[in-house]
Amino acid sequence: MRAVLSIVWKEFVQLRRDPRLFPVLFVSPVLQILLLGYAANLDVREIPSVVCDLDRSAASRAFLDEFVNSGYFTVRARPERMADIDPYIDGGRAALAVVVPRGFGDKLAGSKPASVLIIADGSESQTATIGVNYATSIANRRAQRIVFDRLERVRGPGPKPALVKAEVRVWYNPELRSRNFMIPAILGLVLMIMTITLASMGIVREKEAGTMEQLIVTPIRPYQLIAGKLLPFTLIGLVEAGFVIAVARLWFGTPLRGSLALLFLMCLAFMLNTLAMGLFVSTVSRSQQQAMFTTIFLVMPMILLGGFVFPVENMPPLFQLVSRAVPTRYFFVAIRGIMLRGAGWPELWPQAAALLILGTALFALSVLRFRKKLD
Amino acid sequence: MAEPAIEVRSLTKRFGDFVAVDAVSFEVERGRIFGFLGANGAGKSTTIRMLCGLLDPTSGAATVGGHDIRREPERVKRAIGYMSQRFSLYGDLTVAENIGFFGGAYGLSRRALAERLPWVLGLAGLVGRERSLTRTLSVGWKQRLALGCAVLHEPRIVFLDEPTGGVDPASRRRFWELINGLSERGITVFVTTHYLDEAEYCNDIRLIHAGRIVAGGSPRELKTSVIRNPILEVACDRIVEALEILQKEPWVLETSIFGMSLHISVEDEEEGRRLIAARLGREGIAVHRADRIMPSLEDVFIHKIEEQAGTGEAGEARP
Ligand SMILES: Nc1ncnc2c1ncn2[C@@H]1O[C@H](COP(=O)(O)OP(=O)(O)O)[C@@H](O)[C@H]1O
Ligand SMILES: [Mg+2]
Repeated sequence: MRAVLSIVWKEFVQLRRDPRLFPVLFVSPVLQILLLGYAANLDVREIPSVVCDLDRSAASRAFLDEFVNSGYFTVRARPERMADIDPYIDGGRAALAVVVPRGFGDKLAGSKPASVLIIADGSESQTATIGVNYATSIANRRAQRIVFDRLERVRGPGPKPALVKAEVRVWYNPELRSRNFMIPAILGLVLMIMTITLASMGIVREKEAGTMEQLIVTPIRPYQLIAGKLLPFTLIGLVEAGFVIAVARLWFGTPLRGSLALLFLMCLAFMLNTLAMGLFVSTVSRSQQQAMFTTIFLVMPMILLGGFVFPVENMPPLFQLVSRAVPTRYFFVAIRGIMLRGAGWPELWPQAAALLILGTALFALSVLRFRKKLD
Repeated sequence: MAEPAIEVRSLTKRFGDFVAVDAVSFEVERGRIFGFLGANGAGKSTTIRMLCGLLDPTSGAATVGGHDIRREPERVKRAIGYMSQRFSLYGDLTVAENIGFFGGAYGLSRRALAERLPWVLGLAGLVGRERSLTRTLSVGWKQRLALGCAVLHEPRIVFLDEPTGGVDPASRRRFWELINGLSERGITVFVTTHYLDEAEYCNDIRLIHAGRIVAGGSPRELKTSVIRNPILEVACDRIVEALEILQKEPWVLETSIFGMSLHISVEDEEEGRRLIAARLGREGIAVHRADRIMPSLEDVFIHKIEEQAGTGEAGEARP
C-alpha cells in the first residue's frame, strides 16, 4: 500500500509541475466540445437547390412556391432547360434539383397522376437523403391538398372528409437537435482520448527517460506499479467528466435528465476500459511517438464502431457483431440515455455490465502483457 | 569461506544472432569492490541488467545474495541497490522528493526514511539543496544522489553501472571514495567502468571484451602474473619518432605511449636498456632515463586484448 501511495503521490507532484497539464486538462476538452458541438450539427437546412419549371402553368408555379417557401432550400438558379441543371449538380453548387415536367398542370386538371422529378447529389448522402425526404413530403402534402379540394368540389357542401395526417412526434430530443445527440458522446470521446493518452504516455515516458529501469529494480510488484500509475488518471478523468458536463449544460444547454451519480459510475466503468487500453498501448510502444500512433489506431474504430455518428443499428451485420467488443458502444448508449432520456439503472444495467466485463477482460490482457522487464 | 555475494555460471545473453554476453562465469566475495572493466559495447551493462533482474538471460545461471536470478527475482530486488548507466531519477522532482519516493518504493517506513534522509543527503553532499529540482544539478551531484538512492534501503549488494561516466576527474576520485566507504560498511560493490585506471581502486577485477572475460584477478595478481616480460619506462626526446623507430625492432615486444614517456616491453631488462640507448642514439635521440616499472593495468589489458585479437587495434580500450 505504501508503495502504491508513493507512486500516486509522485504522479501528482509531477503533474503539478508539468506546464502542459492545464492546457491538456482544461483547454483541449473545451476546444473539442466547442468544435465538435458546433460542427457535429446534423440538421440540414438551406440545401442549395435549383428549380426548373418546364410546364410554366399556374399549378407548377404553386407547387414550386411551396417548395421554395419551405425554408429547407435556397434556390440558386432557375434554369430553363433540363440540360442546364447538370453544371450545378456536377460543380457542387447545388445538392438538389426539382424539375416540373411539361404537362404537369394539364394532367392535374384532367385528374391524371402527375409527377415531378427530383435529382439529388448522392455523394453528399446525408444531405441528399434529408433533402429528398423534405421534397417528397412537400409533394405529398400538395397532392393531398389537391385531392381534398377536388373531393370538396365533387361532393358539394356537406361533412368534410377527415384530413388524415401522419404527424411524426419526436420524443426526448423534441427539437430533433442533433447537437443534443452528439454532445453526450463527445464527453465519451474526450474522456477516452484523455485517459488513453495520459495512461500510455505516463508509462512510456518513464521508459524513455530511463526511470522505468530504476522502478523495475525496486521490489514494487507489477500490480502496485499499475495501480499507482493509473489511480491518479482515474481521478483526473472524473474531474474532466464533471468539467465537460458543466460546459455541456451551461454553454450548450444540453439536458441532464438522469442521475449525475449514475453518470459518474458509468464514466468509471468506461475508464476501466480506456485505462486498460492505455496500459496496453504502453506495453507495445517504446517511444511516446509510437504510443501516440497506436492510440490513434485504437481510437478510430472506437469512434466509428461505437456509434458516435452512425447508429450501430444501421451498420452491416458483421460490423454490428464487431462493435459488441467496443466499449464506446455501451458507453454512448448509457450516457445518451442518462442525459437525454433520464434513463436509470433498470434500463442501463446491461450497458454497465458490458462495460465491466469488457473492461475486466481488457485489463487482464494488459496486465498480463505488462512485465517488469526491460525487453 | 562464506557463500559468495554473487555467483555467475556461464551466463549468456543473445539479442537475435548477436551474442552480447558470452558464457561468463565469476564469483564475487562479500564486502569487496568488484570491478567489471571493458570498452563500450563489451557487454558490461547487459551482464549487470541480467543480475538485477532487468533482462532475462538466454542461458546460464546466477545467484545474487544467495537468490537465483531466474527463480527469485523479487528477492534479489530486495537485496540489491542499482544505479543505472543513464541517470534515472526523476528530473522534475526535488532531491528530497526523489529520496522520499524511492524510500516509499522500497517500503521504508516514514520513521526509517526520516533517519535515512540526512544520511543520504550527507553522502551525496547535497545538504541544503533538498528543494532543488534534480534536473538542475550538475552531473557529479546527480551521480552521487543516484548512489544515495540506490543504497537508501541498506542493500547488501550494490550494482553501479559506469557511475563515473562523463564526470570530471576530481568528481571521479570523490565518487571512488564513496564506493570505498560503502565497502568499509560491508556492502559488496559491483562496479563497471571503461576507465582502466579506475581498476586500481578495485579488490577484484574482470576484463570483459566482446562479451567474454579475458582476464581476472586482483590488480597485483594481474600485474605480476599476466606480464612476465619486463617493461621499461623510457624518457627521451622526440617520443613519437622514437616510438616509430622502436616498433620496427624485432627485439621490442610491445610499445605504447604513456604521457611524456614510452613503455617498451623487452625480453631482458639489462639488454633491453642497452639496445634502446644504442638504437635511439644512432638517430640522435637522447635517452634520459629507462627504468623498469611495474606494469600498469592498462599494460595488462592491452596485452590481453592484443593476445585475444592476434594483432594490435586494442588502443580502443584505452580511455
Ligand atoms: N536491447 C538490445 N538489443 C540489441 N542489442 C543490444 C541491446 N542491448 C545491448 N545490445 C548490444 O550488446 C552489446 C553490449 O552492450 P552493453 O552491455 O550495453 O555494453 P557496455 O555496457 O559494456 O558498453 C552492444 O554491442 C550493444 O549494442
Ligand atoms: Mg554500459
